[in-house]
Amino acid sequence: MSSVTAFTASGQELAAEIETIAPRAVTATGDFDAWVAPDRLIDVMTGLRDAGFEMLIGVTGVDYIAYFEVVYHLLSLSQNRRAIVKVRCGEGRIDPVVPSVMEVWRGAELQEREVYDLMGIRFEGRGQMKRIFLWEGFEGHPHRKDFL
Amino acid sequence: MPDPFDSVLYRHIYCTLSSTADAQCEGVGLFGGGLLPGGFEWLAFVLTGVIIVAALINGILGAVLLMIWGERRLLGRLQGRTGPNRWGPFGLLTPIADAVKTMFKEDVVPTVSDRLVFTLAPILMLFPALLVYAVLPIGHGTWLADINVALLFIVAIGGANVLAIVAAAWGSGNRYAMFSAMRAVAMLISYEIPLVISLVGVIMLSGSLSLVAIVNAQTIPFFIIQPLGFFVFVVASMAELNRTPFDVAEAESEIVAGYMTDYSSMKFGLFFLAEFAATIATSGVITVLFLGGWHGFDPIPSQIWFIAKMVGVLALIVWVRASWPRLRIDQIMAFAWKALFELTLINLVVSGLLMLAWPSPSTTELWYMAGINWLVFIASIILFGKLLGPKHDPVSAGNVQRDVTLSDSDAPAIPSGGGG
Amino acid sequence: MPLATEPITINVGPQHPSTHGVFRMRVTFDGEEVIDVEPIFGYLHRGSEKLAESRTYTQIVTLTDRMDYVASMNSNMSYILSVEQLAGIEPSPRGVWLRMIAAELQRIASHLVATGFFLQDLGALGTPLIFTMRERELVLELFERLCGARITSSYMRPGGVFMDAPDDFWPALDRFLAEMPHRIDEYEQLISGNEIVMVRCDGVAVVDSQTLINASVTGPMLRASGVDWDLRHRQPYEYYDQIKFNRPLATASDNYARYIVRVHEMRESLSIVRQCIEQIEPGPVRPKEVPALIRPPAGDAYVGTECPKGELGFYLVSDGGVAPYRCKVRAPSLINLTLLRDMLIGYKLADLFVTFGSIDINMGEVDR
Repeated sequence: MSSVTAFTASGQELAAEIETIAPRAVTATGDFDAWVAPDRLIDVMTGLRDAGFEMLIGVTGVDYIAYFEVVYHLLSLSQNRRAIVKVRCGEGRIDPVVPSVMEVWRGAELQEREVYDLMGIRFEGRGQMKRIFLWEGFEGHPHRKDFL
Repeated sequence: MPDPFDSVLYRHIYCTLSSTADAQCEGVGLFGGGLLPGGFEWLAFVLTGVIIVAALINGILGAVLLMIWGERRLLGRLQGRTGPNRWGPFGLLTPIADAVKTMFKEDVVPTVSDRLVFTLAPILMLFPALLVYAVLPIGHGTWLADINVALLFIVAIGGANVLAIVAAAWGSGNRYAMFSAMRAVAMLISYEIPLVISLVGVIMLSGSLSLVAIVNAQTIPFFIIQPLGFFVFVVASMAELNRTPFDVAEAESEIVAGYMTDYSSMKFGLFFLAEFAATIATSGVITVLFLGGWHGFDPIPSQIWFIAKMVGVLALIVWVRASWPRLRIDQIMAFAWKALFELTLINLVVSGLLMLAWPSPSTTELWYMAGINWLVFIASIILFGKLLGPKHDPVSAGNVQRDVTLSDSDAPAIPSGGGG
Repeated sequence: MPLATEPITINVGPQHPSTHGVFRMRVTFDGEEVIDVEPIFGYLHRGSEKLAESRTYTQIVTLTDRMDYVASMNSNMSYILSVEQLAGIEPSPRGVWLRMIAAELQRIASHLVATGFFLQDLGALGTPLIFTMRERELVLELFERLCGARITSSYMRPGGVFMDAPDDFWPALDRFLAEMPHRIDEYEQLISGNEIVMVRCDGVAVVDSQTLINASVTGPMLRASGVDWDLRHRQPYEYYDQIKFNRPLATASDNYARYIVRVHEMRESLSIVRQCIEQIEPGPVRPKEVPALIRPPAGDAYVGTECPKGELGFYLVSDGGVAPYRCKVRAPSLINLTLLRDMLIGYKLADLFVTFGSIDINMGEVDR
């Protein structure tokens, strides 16, 4: 049984790759992931896409109580590998915001709306955010840890 | 005006009622005739009309119920199911149960509807379907009226249900209904033209517009002599009836139920009734015009022959419904104008030339005509299939076709530098 | 002189016969032609991801069944792989083979549903749908023998499956494998060569592969555009690296291509199941050492699997507790709808539902 992680770029590799695209954008690295500064996100993502990560597999919001994090799962069809890029949306819980990657990948369109609807993370640069599953006027964002 | 006494039905009922002194009934009436005293011939005349119309309308209702049962049963078999089987023997009473249920449903009238038009539309829909039966000869001497322009009458009546569809759609004020009405109008008007022209061959062969005369002229059923006309007429009739694959006006997977979306209870029931009555009437017309009407061989009565042929046509319509998907409206229009219209013109020209060669054909000459017409039919169908058919290779089951490849390579899915 | 017309807006759904559940589109028409589509989601939103945060890792299996309820085995498998990755559990070989057999059978069932409803949307009155449902019934009956459930199977557990297949499962599976190819031939005879199906589907809703990739579209939809991307082959999970199978590819990327790719994938799935039966060996279906209450170390894991609809993956974040801290589903049904608007504009009302059917979504998974 082959290990699935064999196809995911290690944090060190990924950081090195991002370094060539956007110097000093990486703030931290993990086993299979790299954290990127929010203001450099668009540069990094555009660079990664041009470097072969043609597909944005997933956009996920995670509530870590002290801060919110957005996780981007990238996939390269030509090189057959994955990468995980994470962004920390500043400190605190008030109005978390990250730049939208919709200009880079069309696939972010519905996924960012979902993160906004359920986690309350605003994506800048794609106009007015619209809820996707819940109705307009619903109070709160259910996937936050302080909801309920 | 033809004599109503040609009709067996009329003669028997009238003479049963009319007085024994009536000179027209020499020993024809049942029970010796003369149920009414002398001098009441006018009453016998009126009562005969009422009795025949009542019998006919109820007969049609019964036929519709039978057809609903038959269609569901046959559809079930074609789809690997059993079909209705609980009420009555073989489920024969199921449509009656359905009818009772329909009557007791709530009659919903949308607030946005135009009430008068909304209510009139189903009635308007039913009338043309019933009127066709007035001229339909269903057996030797068994008809209501043998008028000399019967064919023209049928064509004229057949076009009237468009009005009902538009009225229903307009009346219910529903957008799905409007879509349906627009489609129906476009489609019915287009298909009316090949429908009518395809009949010209029949008229030329029989030399009459009277359905009785047309049946009498068919020593050989006309579908053998006029294959192209038969084909076009059947296809155009199915379009006129809104049956699959031309059922865009009530396409349930697209526009819910089309013009019937907002109808409920008996108003819906009337639409349903009208639709099935029209289907039966049309298969009757096809039988009369192309399948030799009531002709058959003794000892089976001519009425049975007629009904058997009609059921055959109905089964064909159901079979098509069970196996084919629906065409799109633009494809339907293109088919009418690019294929059917041309085919009828070919038929018209060829039939005309043949009639010029043999003005009053004998049976042998009719067979010659049939041979030539079949050649023309096969050639033109192949030609139009090539010209207008799908641009695919024929698919054979189990084979990988040109469109699909089975990949087992490990090469990169897309070349580097893609995306973006 | 052009005719003065007015655009008409229609709410298609959530109660409409062909929206495959409770999907709603606000469609603007110019006559019969679609000029704008706005998809509206959420009528089946149950908050599965939030519910998962208050359940143990084993309990969440039942939630995954109810996401894509016509491909529950595949959802199970995807979730279980993520848990095994997160907790570092090494599954038993027999359990893995059983999971693969179940997942491939479920793929056949899901493609049958997709094909049947696609034809129903085309206006074929029930006949293909009833045929495909009849064959799906065979698969569901196998599942009933395998795990006692038909739709919401909840068959898989971290480390394997919850119980071994009973003895009568194997002969039934052999009978199914012998019968099914003939049934697929039957569909091809009824549907694939039908002229009306061809003229209705040829060249309708064409999207080029670049756009599809950029919009994160995966699964048969991507393969119908000629991109040879199947995670079972490219990034093999379970024992798919020990299986030889082909990927059906079409290049047309229209509705017909999407349909025909699914039909051929059913044949490949049958071949995969046959190979699994050859290689499966007796043994435990689940290692003894897997605890009842799994407490993975803090961290996160994501495993993408090839589901009938596309890449389904669970992104799990653990804080060391018995329940995941965050459980995010990468739902292919939702993401494949990204291009819905582009695919529909300019086509007719009738193509709207056919195209929607060819994307093959499941509302349980779209809204979760």
